[in-house]
Amino acid sequence: MVPDDRMYTQEHEWVLIEDDAEGKVGLVGVTDFAAGELGDIVFVELPETGAEFNQGDAVGTIESVKAVADLYLPLSGEIIEVNQAVADHPELVNSDPFDEGWLLKVRIGNEEELEGLLDARAYRNLLEG
Amino acid sequence: MAASSDLKTTPLTDWHREHGAKMVEFAGFEMPVQYAGVLAEHEAVRDRVGLFDITHMGEIEVRGGGAEAWLEGLVTNRIAGVPVGKVVYTAMCREDGGVLDDMLIYRLGAERWLVVCNASNHDKIAGWLRGRLPASGVVMEDVSDATALVAVQGPDSRELLGRLERLAGRAADVDALDFYTAFLLDGPGGEWIVSRTGYTGEHGYELYLPNADALAVWRELLAEGQDLGAEPIGLAARDTLRFEVCYCLYGHELGEDVSPLEAGIGWAVKLKKDAFVGKDALAAQKRDGVPRKLVCLELDDRGIARQDAPVLEDGRPVGKVTSGTFSPTLKKALALALVETGTGSGDLAVDVRGRALSCHTVAFPFVQARTKGDPRAERNLPA
Repeated sequence: MVPDDRMYTQEHEWVLIEDDAEGKVGLVGVTDFAAGELGDIVFVELPETGAEFNQGDAVGTIESVKAVADLYLPLSGEIIEVNQAVADHPELVNSDPFDEGWLLKVRIGNEEELEGLLDARAYRNLLEG
Repeated sequence: MAASSDLKTTPLTDWHREHGAKMVEFAGFEMPVQYAGVLAEHEAVRDRVGLFDITHMGEIEVRGGGAEAWLEGLVTNRIAGVPVGKVVYTAMCREDGGVLDDMLIYRLGAERWLVVCNASNHDKIAGWLRGRLPASGVVMEDVSDATALVAVQGPDSRELLGRLERLAGRAADVDALDFYTAFLLDGPGGEWIVSRTGYTGEHGYELYLPNADALAVWRELLAEGQDLGAEPIGLAARDTLRFEVCYCLYGHELGEDVSPLEAGIGWAVKLKKDAFVGKDALAAQKRDGVPRKLVCLELDDRGIARQDAPVLEDGRPVGKVTSGTFSPTLKKALALALVETGTGSGDLAVDVRGRALSCHTVAFPFVQARTKGDPRAERNLPA
């Protein structure tokens, strides 16, 4: 499943672009492919809200029983919210990676970076690679 | 990720693929690492019953009038004099006491033995044995390629095993099967070994089968076990199950650079028996004390310490994690670690990718095994 309403990265993360009063915000999570590859997720470590990072920075970790994966920020900006529900119930990332299992919200600092993301079709091609 | 064609398969490989198993390379075999998910599979074995394809294990038969004395001189535990049907867990060591492998040795007859070693060490052990074979009196036959191995593990394993058609009429033998004993059976494709052993800490059995019989037995167990909630279990859950009860895994707690006395399997080293390979070194270690010991750690901070993560005491490196994961039973991040003897009085932490996660030692094992006695005995789990 690859929803058409959002953008993707080579690292199997998704970004849903939203607008708020102050500009563009990206809601970020991992794809069901990523969650499935990791297996049962048991810990999610997320960054502090208010912190600012560059695109591609490792801002957290996702740990399954068998493996650990870094969470890379797909777009530069300030972390304005993290999903506390996922910190308490990491299994949400497996059960609902595109909705309840979202990870963080970033205030997009540089809209030009959006150009480098994959659309749903390109991400599907990556998976079928 | 796709398994290449030069990997070894088992009589059940096609079944695993057809039933949605995620397949991985393990010790030269293409093996199922998970089906439904490691947490659900782990729970199935702790609460009900699970089936494992562990055909990758190595089986070497040793026969002859000289077999008993010869094997006795190669392993740390005592196998000489054990009755037919007995299974012995032992280490096989180098002269310096380093562990070549840990293994099970079956006495199948007066002059007939079966050595069951780890898949990852199969070639090494076969070579080690072959290189020490006496000129006469002992015959060695590697039967691994002809032997499938299916484990039936969990509190309902006894009920399930009893439903196998081939065991109809052998209920008394199954009932009499104590932990670490086995009996032989004639199957359609050849000889079976029914063994009350396992690697999960639960009441369980391991069935050594001729390849030709394996798929039928596997299907029969799943069909007969449907109402018990029997399901196939992958290698990932096999690892979390053995980890919780602190069974050593070669390449983690055990290795050629680790002494069995350090790894906590000193009970399988019998220094009072006659000469065996490694005895002098192990006796000296016993006398002088070993430099490291295996400890059980529980993490206080969020995160998982995995193999090779440094263990720190008051900021100073004192050892390394050998295995670490999230315990599905206890719902905690736990680790086994080899640390300097004497460690434990200061503040402990594990270095996980540059972050020091606070931890503390806990009693061994994390979860009590229920291999003997009541298979549903209450565990003293913390609230």
